[in-house]
Amino acid sequence: MNSVPSAASFYRALRRIRRVEEEIARVYPTDAIQSPIHLSIGQEAISVGVCEALEPADVVFGTYRSHALYLAKGGDLNRMIAELYGRATGCAHGKGGSMHLIDVEHGVLGASAVVGTTIPLSVGYACALRLTRRPAVVASFFGDGAADQGVFHESLSFAALKRLPILFVCENNHYAIHSPLAARQPLDNIADRPAIYGIPAVTIGDGDVLTIHGAARHAVAEIRSGGGPRFIECVTCRWKQHVGPGDDFAAGYRSRAEAEAWFNRDSVRMLGAGLDQGTRAAIDADVDAEIRDAFALAERSPYPDEDALYADLPGGS
Amino acid sequence: MERILSYRDAVREATAQEMARDPSVIVLGMGVTDFEGVYGTTQGLAQQFGGDRVFDTPVAEEGMTGIAIGAALAGLRPVHVHIRMDFLLLAMNQLVNVAAKARYMYGGAVSVPLVVRAIVGRSWGQGAQHSQGLQSLFMHIPGLRVVAPTTPYDAKGCLIRAIRDDDPVIFIEHRMLHMHRGHVPDTAYEVPFGKARVLAPGRDITLVGISYMAVEALRARALLAESGIDAEVIDPVSLSPLDSDTIVGSAARTGALLVVDNGWTNCGASAEIVARTAERLQGQTPIRLQRIGFAPVTCPTAKNLESLFYPDAPRIAAAAHMLVRGVAASWPSASRAAELVEFRGPF
Repeated sequence: MNSVPSAASFYRALRRIRRVEEEIARVYPTDAIQSPIHLSIGQEAISVGVCEALEPADVVFGTYRSHALYLAKGGDLNRMIAELYGRATGCAHGKGGSMHLIDVEHGVLGASAVVGTTIPLSVGYACALRLTRRPAVVASFFGDGAADQGVFHESLSFAALKRLPILFVCENNHYAIHSPLAARQPLDNIADRPAIYGIPAVTIGDGDVLTIHGAARHAVAEIRSGGGPRFIECVTCRWKQHVGPGDDFAAGYRSRAEAEAWFNRDSVRMLGAGLDQGTRAAIDADVDAEIRDAFALAERSPYPDEDALYADLPGGS
Repeated sequence: MERILSYRDAVREATAQEMARDPSVIVLGMGVTDFEGVYGTTQGLAQQFGGDRVFDTPVAEEGMTGIAIGAALAGLRPVHVHIRMDFLLLAMNQLVNVAAKARYMYGGAVSVPLVVRAIVGRSWGQGAQHSQGLQSLFMHIPGLRVVAPTTPYDAKGCLIRAIRDDDPVIFIEHRMLHMHRGHVPDTAYEVPFGKARVLAPGRDITLVGISYMAVEALRARALLAESGIDAEVIDPVSLSPLDSDTIVGSAARTGALLVVDNGWTNCGASAEIVARTAERLQGQTPIRLQRIGFAPVTCPTAKNLESLFYPDAPRIAAAAHMLVRGVAASWPSASRAAELVEFRGPF
């Protein structure tokens, strides 16, 4: 396995994702992006911490809130922004939008707009890896809402039964849209559930990128050595509204106070504060330039040709 | 000499030949490895190809369908077997939201070479939840192909075609067809999608029979011959894509189209076929159109009610007679199909 990345490297990855999404939020009111955006702001440490423990050949599946996952796994930024802009050069040629990001070359195997849907896909992919004796592992990302779904249990059960090479990563931000965990589930955690299928699980409660990374490295090493599935629950906080660019603390369903603690231990800011000024400034400048270029490129990229309406339909029209 | 095989053996042979040809083909589903082998259609496959490639599954249709799709995304060609089509209702999210859409919504970055075998039950009181022909639900969805072969020849050729296809296919087989026997070459051959088969030529009316109803339509044709009515019988074989040209061409020639579905008529496959024919022929050719299918109720279990629920040869012949001659005619129900009379349960 690779060595643990440097603090600067973690900072770059986190800062890049944060800044991409801030730019998406900034542009959004102009209507240049006509796609429902579910921002990962506040949750980036999970994708970065886990993906830094993966190899390029490993594969991830995500949710509609997957901007962070896509970028953390190495998904192409230009193609992502073009996809949000609905351009032909997008990662799905302008047919998927923000909720269906994909970059097969970099192991991002897609994301679903329906909660829980990619969990069995991840398990099936891991099943195929096993069958074809490929050494890669799959990381399946989903939220606490997915644990409401029956298919969550079906998938964990089968993965455990076949001891498949898969890491389950639950991003528990305590809300499914606006419905709190306590209104949906009898337990106040997710990680107790994998145990009933014999899947070892840990909970990372503080959102710290290094802690998450450590847990992921450990889990992935066990998976690679044939230990079967592992499960990491990362408690986190969605800083923004469920869908859209703003925050929603005024809406009344949750308080700013419960998010304050998370603002105060933001991995992006804390890691940045630990770097020397020059290193940090250089990273920030690099990241901002890359993002500026990606948005500019998307702006001037073509929309799909009209005949693309019928392209890539399974079985033809 | 003609090689005669049952439908179930044709399905089994198609699967075995494709598994031997292509190591990426796998078979999964409840019961595919048990002593009954899904009515014999998967018998011996696990022994021949090993437990990694042929495996039993939990009773978890949505999860297992997602798992099959995930395996397909990774390059395998899963054949997922369901002993009743009714169970697919548990898997609709994965079939409709993922299998049908992945290739399109990801701009061609992936494909889902999945075959879903769905067996439609009938007789011995299969009842409300073991008898549904849900083809129209899947025909409605762009991105899903739906085939419902009637003959053993087409069963083998369509299944091979489906397994080799890079996109998902819903493969519908009627329980009453499993014991039907017919000509099946021993080679691995493909039957193309989107090509209907004229099972019997005729001049006076076009009978389109879907799945098992093609068999009943052929029997109705014999009854109609007693009245001097010459019916053409067409098996669409593939429902999506649908070979409108063959059906419309026949209807234009005969001037009458009766579509018989093993399913409900409301928003059904028969409605689609009649609509397409009407759209193409209106204002050009005088045409009489009708569809018949399941009675618009839930399938009952009492034998006499169940018999009323399904179209049968006498009722098909009566409807055809009315369309062609404009007067009623009837045939005794004694002409009921042998396989229905002979079928013994429990399943």
